[in-house]
Amino acid sequence: MDVLYFAWVRERIGLPRERVQTEAETVADLVAELCAREERYAAAFADPAALRVALDQELADFDAPLKGVREVAFFPPMTGG
Amino acid sequence: MQVRVQAEPFDTGAETGAFVARQSGAGAVVTFTGIVRDLPGGGLSRMEIEHYPGMTERAIGEIVDQAAARWALSDALVIHRFGPLRPAEPIMMVATAAPHRADAFMAADFLMDYLKSRAPFWKKEIGPDGAEWVAAKDSDENALNRW
Repeated sequence: MDVLYFAWVRERIGLPRERVQTEAETVADLVAELCAREERYAAAFADPAALRVALDQELADFDAPLKGVREVAFFPPMTGG
Repeated sequence: MQVRVQAEPFDTGAETGAFVARQSGAGAVVTFTGIVRDLPGGGLSRMEIEHYPGMTERAIGEIVDQAAARWALSDALVIHRFGPLRPAEPIMMVATAAPHRADAFMAADFLMDYLKSRAPFWKKEIGPDGAEWVAAKDSDENALNRW
């Protein structure tokens, strides 16, 4: 699946998007997998309460299933307007 | 109903004029313009706005649909910019048209509250002390509870 990062999440991880091969069942499982990879992921995901996630461009929860999802995006709370 | 997400500047006066001119059946138009606020001590050199192409248009469209379902709107316009902006430049505007003003005011207020916290934009301020991401305020999230 495609994993996208925005704002300071993108800066901490150092890239805007990547393709990830994963068997993770939920968003939280995917986060755990990414954090285990490298320190920069662990730094970006250190405080999950400070993050939001969207699955196929719809806001979702961290316990949401990933089955059938093509695009996951992680970002801080939005500051539009 | 119209949603535009763009890097280019827009002219709030011209947009308002065109919005008013295309109405039929409306008796009230409310507009709101959000502009780049300088830092408390001044010195903001620019604001950079990042967004999530695709989700942005979709999220704003859903917010506009919700507003149209709740109030008697005859029309609505949302323009939101991304990219680098200078202090006092317009960031975004909303315009709502309705037969009577109460619906136009309420819908514009609702649109602004939801655009703040549910449209995927992120603001970064570049000032004398470097660059800093603008943090979302609890008060903005709490504002959604009144709807």
